[in-house]
Amino acid sequence: MNTFSNAVEPLRLYEQLLLIRAYENAIVRGSTEGRIPGTCTSVGQEAAAVGAINALSADDLILTNHRSAGHLLARGADPGRMLAEVMGRRDGYCMGKSGSLHISVKELGVVLTTTIVGGELSLAPGVALAQTMQGRPGIVACFFGDGAACEGSFHESLNLAALWNLPVLYICENNQWQAFVHRREAMSRERVADWGAGYGIPVRTVDGNDVFAVLEATREAASQVRDTRRPALLEMTTYRTRGHFEPDDQGYVDKAELAAWLARDPIAICRDRLIAAGRLAPAADAELAARVDSRIATAVAFAAASPFPAVEELTLDVYA
Amino acid sequence: MPTLTLNDAVGLALAEEMRRDHKVIAFGEGIATKRHELVTEFGALRVRNTPLAEGIIAGTAVGAAAGGLRPVADLLFAPFLCYAMDELVNSAGKLRYMSGGQFSFPLVTLAMTGAGWGIGAQHNHNIEAWFVHSPGLKVVMPSTPADARGLLKAAIRDDNPVVFLLDIGLLYQPGEVPHEADPMPLGQAATLRSGNDVSLISYGKTVHHCEQAAESLATEGITAEVIDLRSLKPLDEAAILATARKTGRVVVVHEANRLCGVGAEVAALLAEQAFTRLKAPVIRLGGPDAPVPSSFPLEQATVPQADAIAAAARRLSAPQPA
Repeated sequence: MNTFSNAVEPLRLYEQLLLIRAYENAIVRGSTEGRIPGTCTSVGQEAAAVGAINALSADDLILTNHRSAGHLLARGADPGRMLAEVMGRRDGYCMGKSGSLHISVKELGVVLTTTIVGGELSLAPGVALAQTMQGRPGIVACFFGDGAACEGSFHESLNLAALWNLPVLYICENNQWQAFVHRREAMSRERVADWGAGYGIPVRTVDGNDVFAVLEATREAASQVRDTRRPALLEMTTYRTRGHFEPDDQGYVDKAELAAWLARDPIAICRDRLIAAGRLAPAADAELAARVDSRIATAVAFAAASPFPAVEELTLDVYA
Repeated sequence: MPTLTLNDAVGLALAEEMRRDHKVIAFGEGIATKRHELVTEFGALRVRNTPLAEGIIAGTAVGAAAGGLRPVADLLFAPFLCYAMDELVNSAGKLRYMSGGQFSFPLVTLAMTGAGWGIGAQHNHNIEAWFVHSPGLKVVMPSTPADARGLLKAAIRDDNPVVFLLDIGLLYQPGEVPHEADPMPLGQAATLRSGNDVSLISYGKTVHHCEQAAESLATEGITAEVIDLRSLKPLDEAAILATARKTGRVVVVHEANRLCGVGAEVAALLAEQAFTRLKAPVIRLGGPDAPVPSSFPLEQATVPQADAIAAAARRLSAPQPA
């Protein structure tokens, strides 16, 4: 029961899980009511994001994808500026030009977010090459899903990173779904890690719904990449418990499978562990939840109050 | 003035820029093999061969550019860029804008294209208009060794992604290259020959066909102005409008498919902004809407030749029907 003994602040991890869930739920509510555009939520995958991001160093760079709210929030992004971006407002991290699907925050090291499935995989080796050739210590963490692992770019990327000794930590959030297709229908292997091993790089798999296990596994994998300056792959098994995009009735989802994963909710798992270890009292839990809800309410209000970009900005930043 | 081939002028520009800026690196399909002198001077880390995997080559260039380097990626032949379209169009061309200007992508993609070697439609396809149509990208296609060197130097120093196309038919044609090593600004057309009666606007190898046509027209008393666009985006609209207003007659010439080619944009620009100064309709000469065949006479038939250009100019110079 002390698997989180290495987690510096287990309560901080727990609060991040709550924050991500509250953020996504606010978007779900807002999109149902027509106030906020629908997004690809990371509900069900919060532990994978929080565990992995907290294992990285401040000078590491992160490439992610359309399901990125967890990565951004765990890295310290302001939910108000994220929501402003989702709502196409001026105060969004990308000045309203991205929307939810490709939010980058350079100041946090979250670079080149792309919604083209596999796009982040094609960019990661180059970012790592720039780190290496300019003598920068930070490694590159590239977040992608099982869908992206079926793209050619996954295989080209691993081959080149292995060939050129590039410090990329490939982090696969295997959430079992590739848009509206279950990964069983799309993958010739059970695990993405099997493919990674084919490129001669170290691979690990971890329960992606256990934030402490993810933290530990990512620390080990990141250390390995940092020490060897070679790529490694970490596959986190998790589940997308909401649809591909809001709204999505999930009519195509096997109910028994969904129920089984909902019973392994990453927030509940973390909460139970903290309570069992005497690290979280019910009153403190309620206090944390209230703090998170208040933060998200402030963020929603901030985003809603932010102005839309001026039409003159339509052609701003096309060219450098 | 030293004489170099266009291919050697590209090598010279690469060497000069790598010498000048340690952030310039070059990688691609056989570049370390074919330009081994760069490996000798700059080392195997800055000049690398890659797998024959255009997507990851281009993607690596995009990532490296965002990370602070100035990569030049050699993808060999333009049709191979089809494998790199996501990286060039969706990433290099869009991620600056989509991130609200947080990143820039100073990279150059080199690729050969055009008739001359009879290598068929999967190695020869003039797809430059695709990239002109894609926001965020610049497109350059030089017609001489001197321009190739000067424009490549500017492309490498540019903070935007540049698709730099090399005309296969010109690669081993020698030309004078000045001692001066200054870059030539992108977006400036060159007036290669002055004339008053008709303007011949082109880029790539058909620039030379336009010059030949102008020679033969001169013997008939028709003076043709020859404009080499050199860069297709940015497009030197001022130079296009100036020559059209001067002569009132324009033939636009390129090897690429005439349908939705760069010539269509030039003709549309003239219709919008120089209509009242035109004395005759604009003529576009371009390749057919067909893959380029390997057979030499058929391949050559896809390229507007000097006699066809001269004939078009004569048609425009004849009295126009009322």
